[in-house]
Amino acid sequence: MNINTTKVISLLFFIFSAFYLYTAYQIQVFAFDENAPFNARTFPIYLGYAGLFFSGLKIILPDPNTIKVQHKTLEYKKTAILIIIAIIYGATILKVGYFLTTSLFLFSSYYFLGERRWVLMFLLSFPFVAAFMYLLHGVLDIYLRDPFLQSIGVMG
Amino acid sequence: MIEGILIGLTTALTLQNILMVMLGCFFGTIIGMLPGLGPMTAIALMIPITYGFDPATGLILMAGVYYGAVFGGSTSSILLNAPGVPGTVATSFDGYPMAQQGKAGKALAIAAWSSFAGGTLSAIYLLFMAPSLSKVSLSFRSPDYFALMILGLTAIAAFSSKGQFLKAMMMVVLGLMLASVGQDSLSDITRFTFNNMNLTDGISFVLVVMATFAMSEALTIILKRNDPTSAAKQVSLTELGSIKINKEERTKMYKTIPRSSVIGFLIGVLPGAGATIASFLAYGMERNIVNDEEKEKFGKGSVNGLSAPETANNAACSGSFVPMLTLGIPGSGTTAVMLGALLGFGVQPGPRLYMTNPEIFWSIIMSMYIGMVILLILNLPLIPYIARILAVPKNYLIPLILFFSVTGIYVMSFNNFDIYLMIGIAVVATFLRLYDFPMPPLILAFVLGGLMEENLRRSLLLSNGSWEFLWDRTLTACILLTTILIVVWHIYKTMFKKTKG
Repeated sequence: MNINTTKVISLLFFIFSAFYLYTAYQIQVFAFDENAPFNARTFPIYLGYAGLFFSGLKIILPDPNTIKVQHKTLEYKKTAILIIIAIIYGATILKVGYFLTTSLFLFSSYYFLGERRWVLMFLLSFPFVAAFMYLLHGVLDIYLRDPFLQSIGVMG
Repeated sequence: MIEGILIGLTTALTLQNILMVMLGCFFGTIIGMLPGLGPMTAIALMIPITYGFDPATGLILMAGVYYGAVFGGSTSSILLNAPGVPGTVATSFDGYPMAQQGKAGKALAIAAWSSFAGGTLSAIYLLFMAPSLSKVSLSFRSPDYFALMILGLTAIAAFSSKGQFLKAMMMVVLGLMLASVGQDSLSDITRFTFNNMNLTDGISFVLVVMATFAMSEALTIILKRNDPTSAAKQVSLTELGSIKINKEERTKMYKTIPRSSVIGFLIGVLPGAGATIASFLAYGMERNIVNDEEKEKFGKGSVNGLSAPETANNAACSGSFVPMLTLGIPGSGTTAVMLGALLGFGVQPGPRLYMTNPEIFWSIIMSMYIGMVILLILNLPLIPYIARILAVPKNYLIPLILFFSVTGIYVMSFNNFDIYLMIGIAVVATFLRLYDFPMPPLILAFVLGGLMEENLRRSLLLSNGSWEFLWDRTLTACILLTTILIVVWHIYKTMFKKTKG
């Protein structure tokens, strides 16, 4: 039997729905709510069954619009690098601060996407983030914690 | 109503709000032109910025972005035969052939005037329809709302992705599941948090929108090696031709615009339908109405063929605001994003909105009209120059979209867990997009999840746990019957449709 990727995704969704349903049944409710017509687990339980129903149908019914993705033509490497850069951004922003991490995030993203015009890359990262930060912090009054700028005395 | 209009005008015509409409239209036009980046992405990127404003100003900005994106989509349809948004696909049928004949300027002018007229007429329909519908919807009870939400979700699943109903329904369920994470609104019991404190308040709406639209679209562009800006580089400033419309063309438009605006508005009001279906229906209807000589011109640069879908898609945009403003139930993915933003402002849309927050209700309606005027006077002469801005290389565009996404999330929570969660959801969404799983149903379901549970809770408690509330009232029963028909019809179609190849 030839099973296409859409069916595999549907199967994964079916398993996910089963897990969701199991977890929904485990939701602790107050004793007086246990037999109430509606409690905190009622809606999630229906959702779990709905997930099983629709993904189950998708698995068993014929798929007239099969989607075929040409994986060889996809740019996995650059996409993965961008995702890793974003994860590193998330890991460092609280410790280093908004300005430096965001600027480096932009600069490295330009670089890994193939850009080599250094001046433009610099202008569209460090000064751009500084201007955006001023807009948020100075104009819109949104506080941005920045240990790096505080350590060099730029921010109070 | 006169008082309401005056309140709306007073709010919408402040310097700040006019500036917001202008900025929104401009920004929306640029994003709308880029194939793949539609109004939802444009609005999603705007949400964090709007939180610095009052609700009316924020909504006015988003409405401007919405109209600008639809207008921008038309421009790329006409000039490049590359529709920026699905709602403008029909525009390219006659707009692009006209541009190829050296009449790009004229095609743009016809599109701009038709959009303006369609938007203006539908804003007038909305002006009259919304308050009356609000009064009617005051008689709606929890079972009716619950049934309406199910209908809305089913309808958007049915219309949002051709032949992919079950995939769309899976996305609806996934959206509702994501909405169920966090504290239960009544008992405060935490659900699906797995003892993670960061999930106690649930998943932020902005996070889900940014992840499933802005960030995942940026990743999809890289993954598929698309370059949305490459087509824009072909635009020539010198080959646009005159933007003047002659008397004969005007006469044709006078007939097309009123009927297309009505059909566009009515389709827009229907949950899930929206601008795409409206524009195709208006195009088809126009082709059937015109005489044989004009019918021959369809597909080769017909004025009627260009004017009809352009009028209808703008009218549908206004129409889609009706269910959101009057019932609190968005009819499309874009209005779902706006509803989420409204809830973020602490404003509850629904039948009482125009009584409790008249300045918001009326200023949105008034700003639609102002947006149309601004689009006409600002964008029409500037389109070739705006198109030039799009020649920004992909290498800069993608990081900037990612930057606005992560910054938008960070400034809302100052928490890196949200950044990780957004990356995770965006990766899953990118993968699902590859296999044609539509995202708008997920967003609509996520926004409606809480309201739906609340209405089901109320209905079940009032009926003492009995499911009879589903057919006790004629209105509820009729809505649910329509929903069942949609589901059965689509499953039947899936079962009996021949597999390709």
